[in-house]
Amino acid sequence: MARHRTLVVGALLVALALPFVLSATGHDFQIVFAARIMIYAIAAASLNLAIGYGGMISFGHAAFFGGGAYMVGILAAEGVGSAWLAWPAGVAVAALAALLVGALSLATRGVYFIMITLAFAQMFYYVFVSLEAYGGDDGMSLAQRSGLGFGLDPSDDITWYYVVLVLLVAVLYLLHRLIHSRFGRVIVAIRENESRAEAIGFPVYRYKLTCFVISGAIAGLAGALVANHANYVSPSLLHWMQSGTLMIMVILGGVGRFWGGPIGAFVMLALEETLSGSGVLGAYSVHWQLPVGIILLAIVMYAPQGIAGAFRGRNA
Amino acid sequence: MSGVLIAEQSLNGLQFGLMLFLLAAGLTLVFGIMDMINLAHGSLYMIGAYLMASLVQATGSFWLALPLALAATAAIGVVLEVSIVRALYARDHLTQVLATFAIILVANEVVRLIWGPQPILLAPPEALAGPIELVPGFQYASYRLVILGIGAGVALLLYVLVARTRVGMLVRAGASNREMAVAMGVNIRLLFTAVFGLGAALCALAGALLGPVLAVQVGMGENILIIAFVVIVIGGIGSIRGAFVGAVLVGVVDTLGRALLPALFGTFLNPQYASSAGAAASSVLIYVLMAAVLFFRPQGLFPARG
Amino acid sequence: MLEVSKLCKRFGGVVATDDVTLHVAKGEVHALIGPNGAGKTTLIAQISGSLPSDAGRIVFDGADVTDATQHERVCLGLARSYQVTSVFKRFTVLDNLALAAQARSGSSFSFWRPVAAERALIDEARAFAAEIGLARKERFVAATLAHGEQRALEVGLALATRPKFMLLDEPMAGMGPEDSQRMIELIERIRARVTVLLVEHDMDAVFRLADRISVLVSGRLIASGAPAEVRANEEVKRAYLGDEVLA
Repeated sequence: MARHRTLVVGALLVALALPFVLSATGHDFQIVFAARIMIYAIAAASLNLAIGYGGMISFGHAAFFGGGAYMVGILAAEGVGSAWLAWPAGVAVAALAALLVGALSLATRGVYFIMITLAFAQMFYYVFVSLEAYGGDDGMSLAQRSGLGFGLDPSDDITWYYVVLVLLVAVLYLLHRLIHSRFGRVIVAIRENESRAEAIGFPVYRYKLTCFVISGAIAGLAGALVANHANYVSPSLLHWMQSGTLMIMVILGGVGRFWGGPIGAFVMLALEETLSGSGVLGAYSVHWQLPVGIILLAIVMYAPQGIAGAFRGRNA
Repeated sequence: MSGVLIAEQSLNGLQFGLMLFLLAAGLTLVFGIMDMINLAHGSLYMIGAYLMASLVQATGSFWLALPLALAATAAIGVVLEVSIVRALYARDHLTQVLATFAIILVANEVVRLIWGPQPILLAPPEALAGPIELVPGFQYASYRLVILGIGAGVALLLYVLVARTRVGMLVRAGASNREMAVAMGVNIRLLFTAVFGLGAALCALAGALLGPVLAVQVGMGENILIIAFVVIVIGGIGSIRGAFVGAVLVGVVDTLGRALLPALFGTFLNPQYASSAGAAASSVLIYVLMAAVLFFRPQGLFPARG
Repeated sequence: MLEVSKLCKRFGGVVATDDVTLHVAKGEVHALIGPNGAGKTTLIAQISGSLPSDAGRIVFDGADVTDATQHERVCLGLARSYQVTSVFKRFTVLDNLALAAQARSGSSFSFWRPVAAERALIDEARAFAAEIGLARKERFVAATLAHGEQRALEVGLALATRPKFMLLDEPMAGMGPEDSQRMIELIERIRARVTVLLVEHDMDAVFRLADRISVLVSGRLIASGAPAEVRANEEVKRAYLGDEVLA
């Protein structure tokens, strides 16, 4: 336990110092990349709440992720540029979408649940793709990142990094408290033995739906951040392959393990960056997905509990 | 809305549906018998199309290339099954998702390495390049008609295989109760490999036949995979009959929807909105269909499992 | 306390519960016996709410619960234990019992306070653990318990919801004589505060514990009354010929 706490504190210190280290060593452009990793860490953590803790394998989380992003984009296009308005709006839209999808899907089980969450996500995708006014197939640019006030300039990459870091830490802390609360205990029990949870007096459906909505809301926050990150929203954020990518991150990092989301996001994005950007593959850099695929297969064969599991060995 | 147009689109829908059936049949068997989510099924479809294109170029003959492409893809499927897929049967669904997703990545890149990133051309056989007059005033592409024929023929063959032969009975037994099938001494390993290989051949057939109609490009597998999953969910997992009904239903609804909905919307929306709303609605249609089916029959139309 | 009237359940062509009428008085231990496949577990499932009935009424403690959900019935004080152990395998004994206690003590839509800090829940859980004889193993993960201990936890989970009425489905299933004895003693201890409908094959336990016995054969109730009465009943003896000996 103490060792775990040390690791967490250590990681936090590294994260705090990182921009300065990168600046000093002339790797400024990696600061933006680090922020991107953290944004996907939030998204993956939200999906892990649904899949790993709630036992609800959602193949449609891109709808909430992309929905939050598009909310910010649409508001920006309509002249609303304040983060204090746009980001909560993104979260609210995602939460609402999760409420709708969850309410309709949670009556089903197993692969049917997976498929129906996928179906709803595809519906959102096609609706947004058809919005010609907001870029349609090509997506749309934002003029600038959402305004934060307080003299903070979000277009400065270092400021942006810290904003994202603060949100990541906040989300992870909230998730930590959630998992150890009464609600968290019930959710895990439901995943463990749903019929018995119902039999000792918990209205299971209500708990699962609430968990799903919280998960969707957090994905929406990540989406709001991703829209700001590159000042661009594209329908691909809502595509089922995006859902798949998030799911891969969670599975890779460790389903149901607290750090599974962040670790998976880090590994996937770091792999992508290393293999495609750094020249390791030379002339074949554009084919970086090939070694990624092979590495994923290797991990499946030799580390069945994901990366977080390989380190811990116990159920977190 | 002319009757000819509707007839043409209905035939197109039936044709698309039959090709979807080829994909869905393999997918539903793998899922139903081995309880395995195989995202790489679409990759086999893509590989089949690409191999077909190259073999047509090499042999100069569409009909010579076709069985070769099927055999080659089936062989690739068998190799995949024996090396990687076999290890996944015992694992949970999420692990299967991860592994087969990885296979998609690898397959896409290998295809890009060999054939390049641009879509490649696969032409229908010259004899079938033109239209044929079915009924006076109604012309239909003869190639598409042949696809319809082959699709229907294979569907019939599959039905006979599954419903009337011993092997088919083993397959059905495995789909409805795997433990029982094993307990009765069925050589499960061989059966699984054979089913996977057959699925791969069916994928290749669909890919090879659809190649001239749709584009042969990297990523074609993922697009159609999702629709294939919708088909088997509608039809009921593990059921060939369900896959057939589901595929034809999805094929016809999707094709007719795309043809008719924008025009329908045009009657009460102004043209600018009608086309984008129509496009969105027709894309969404099959998912609405799936949701509706699941609402009334949560296990699909013809669930194989008791 | 529990009134089941003309309850029916059909699965396709098979009639699992055939017009069953049964009364359980408050404070009694009522045994439900019958040959294998008689439909006892189906009846329990219908009463507990996990299986909807095709016809009939269920009145519990004055309230009509025929259409109530399972968790609503639990809130009214009707709890159930399972024939096939269904506990939270990866939770400890304490966590299992604390969870059940949590279900009956306030809302669990609480997202912030750590549940481990709730002393009241933990104390309650420890008390229940002691009552079911698992005090020494309270920190053991449920999956590591011996069969008899798991069965005790199985009953304990239902008990920890502080019910007025317990449906016990073969609590002694698969138990040896020592464990069965302990289970009998547990039921003796709790009968003062809980009404019990007990499904059992172990006739020794049935005749030691039961105030009244009902006999279910092929979904029909063929006898119901005091133990001596039931023992003497001809139809009951016929049903059990070759199955159990009632002497």
